[in-house]
Amino acid sequence: MAAKTLIIDGKAVSAEEGATVLQVARDNNVAIPTLCHLEGVYDVGACRLCLVEVAGSTKLQPACTTKISEGMNIQTNSDRLRKYRRLTLELLFAERNHVCAVCVSNGHCELQTLAYSLGLDHVRYDYVFPKWKVDVTHRLFGMDHNRCILCTRCVRVCWHIEGAGTKNVAGRGATARIISDLDQPWGDSESCTECGKCVMACPTGALFHKGATAGEMEHDRDKLEFIVNAREKQQWLP
Amino acid sequence: MSKRIIIDPVTRIEGHAKISIYLDDAGQVTDAEFHVVEFRGFEKFCEGRPFSEMPGITQRICGICPVSHMLASANAGDALMAVSIPPAADKLRRLVNLGQIIQSHALSFFHLSAPDFLLGWETPVAQRNVFGLIQSNTDLARAGIRLRQFGQEIIEVLGGKKIHPAWAVPGGVRSGLSDEGRAKIRAWLPEAYATARVALDLFKHTLESHQTEVEVFGNFSSLFMGLVTPDGSWEHHGGKLRFTSSEGALVADQLDPQSYFDYLGESGESHSYLKSPYYTPLGFPKGIYRVGPLARLNICDRMGVPQGDLELANFKSMGQGAVTSSFLYHYARLIELLSAIEFVERYLDDPELTTGPLRADAGINQLRGVGVSEAPRGTLFHDYTVDRDGLLQKVNLIVATGQNNLAMNLTVAQIARHYLRGQEISEPMLNRIEHGIRCYDPCLSCSTHAVGQMPLRVQLIAPDGAVLNDVARG
Repeated sequence: MAAKTLIIDGKAVSAEEGATVLQVARDNNVAIPTLCHLEGVYDVGACRLCLVEVAGSTKLQPACTTKISEGMNIQTNSDRLRKYRRLTLELLFAERNHVCAVCVSNGHCELQTLAYSLGLDHVRYDYVFPKWKVDVTHRLFGMDHNRCILCTRCVRVCWHIEGAGTKNVAGRGATARIISDLDQPWGDSESCTECGKCVMACPTGALFHKGATAGEMEHDRDKLEFIVNAREKQQWLP
Repeated sequence: MSKRIIIDPVTRIEGHAKISIYLDDAGQVTDAEFHVVEFRGFEKFCEGRPFSEMPGITQRICGICPVSHMLASANAGDALMAVSIPPAADKLRRLVNLGQIIQSHALSFFHLSAPDFLLGWETPVAQRNVFGLIQSNTDLARAGIRLRQFGQEIIEVLGGKKIHPAWAVPGGVRSGLSDEGRAKIRAWLPEAYATARVALDLFKHTLESHQTEVEVFGNFSSLFMGLVTPDGSWEHHGGKLRFTSSEGALVADQLDPQSYFDYLGESGESHSYLKSPYYTPLGFPKGIYRVGPLARLNICDRMGVPQGDLELANFKSMGQGAVTSSFLYHYARLIELLSAIEFVERYLDDPELTTGPLRADAGINQLRGVGVSEAPRGTLFHDYTVDRDGLLQKVNLIVATGQNNLAMNLTVAQIARHYLRGQEISEPMLNRIEHGIRCYDPCLSCSTHAVGQMPLRVQLIAPDGAVLNDVARG
């Protein structure tokens, strides 16, 4: 495959054709915040946190789904980008009921970590305070829509690593939500294999081990990448 | 013309409150009301949450006694799962509760109450606080602050942090006691004993010149309620409930907290967010009872530790039957503090503390579960009703301060009746009224489900409801 050369934050880098801007940035130690990206499954560009500026285009591009091209000049950390990232995070917090102090994922949450790193000490928008019911009908796992950011990682790992296809997205706009099978209680799902990959993949406390208490839920996301590498590349080393 | 005195806000207590004192045409005190003017609402917004999250959520009710809510909540979770928790977990929960009792009682005595009787009722309000105490008696104030630190260290050693440790969980506890933690707690013991003794000697000396306070600061008949062990000893976690009368008679014993609703009623009042529980066989308001240190010492036959038992005998000699003066809450609190240190020492030598499993595992086996624990200020109930999946359908919290509500009203009226002269509301009188409340070490944030410091307002109210005098500070 042909190599491409490009500029990220003023630094000349080269990478193989077909790579995404996010891959190349991370390979060169340039940090770009993400929430819906998960190593091991394909990207969907859902969370809009990895937006970057590409010279010659007024549109911001998601780094996770934008393929590199020869001579690209990319900015990953401009004032404009920081402003939009903060805005996106604020909207995520305002949209559902995120209460970090008592959350099962307190201290192990990607949303919380990102908010801390971007200095998000307040939200400028009114909180929506939606009323979402918690689904703890499953024998092993729970699903709390109040903490969901609709990144769809759980849907992608369920369909494309486990192959069960239990998790799906239903509804539109503010009523969009993750469902099990045909919007049944999770505990009634016939397709769920109880593998727990969705719980491992979740960036927040939306999916959790039943009975988990505050701060007790740690997601083992590396396990997913391990499974994919083992299956596709026959590599069994973590 | 009659009137109402309003003290708003009440200071050096935990939460927001005001006091109304009602006078008749002759200017005599007819009644008093202690209003809690903050609303928390935990009972409502916990509905729909999984029961396993409740120890983490409900301990946010309070920054002083989060451990009490954590324990009562975990205990209610045990009941929903219908499990007996492992012995090591039970002892570790007891150890953390002792840490909580030590830190909260040290706070109540040294930071909140002692400035009144050690510095004097007439001391200017700007100096009558823990900072004034630091200025006038640096060593004592430092020792008191360090004693509180000792209690907090126990909580941190076990729970990982001093405030809001997510440690006790339905079925047991999340982690054990390390050898390093045990050594850390043990190193504090000599200093903790010494400070507790100093405080006890100081208070007993204070009593010699404060007999009027003993007589008029909430000295009346009431029932007393708290937990006791099966043999009637002092208890703070687990155990069964006992009621005794002012005469010292046993009214009811070994009552199962799981069915508290069979003998405890809750009355709501329009002037306060605080509910007023009462002993139902005697009705409302005759079923008034007190909880907390005074009650726990009145109901128990023995403390179960040597130094504590010596002090308990001295305490019991101060009453005929029961000790009925709420001013002696302070003495009872210090005896509990000393005993708690003795119990901590005993647990540190207990090999069972570090053996075996720490957490029982089960699903929902009962749809209603009651958790009970002795918080520093009195008996705390968490009553949860869940669906088959463990989501909360109904939450009822009966908090110590609520149970002392009726007694606090009587105390305020008694103090006002003794010190009020005409329409003049003097600062020392205001302070004595406030102190009547401080005897109970109330925690209003806990009991009403709001925020902030406890600032006092006294209103004098005429029979027609007109406010004749209104003094506020905060």
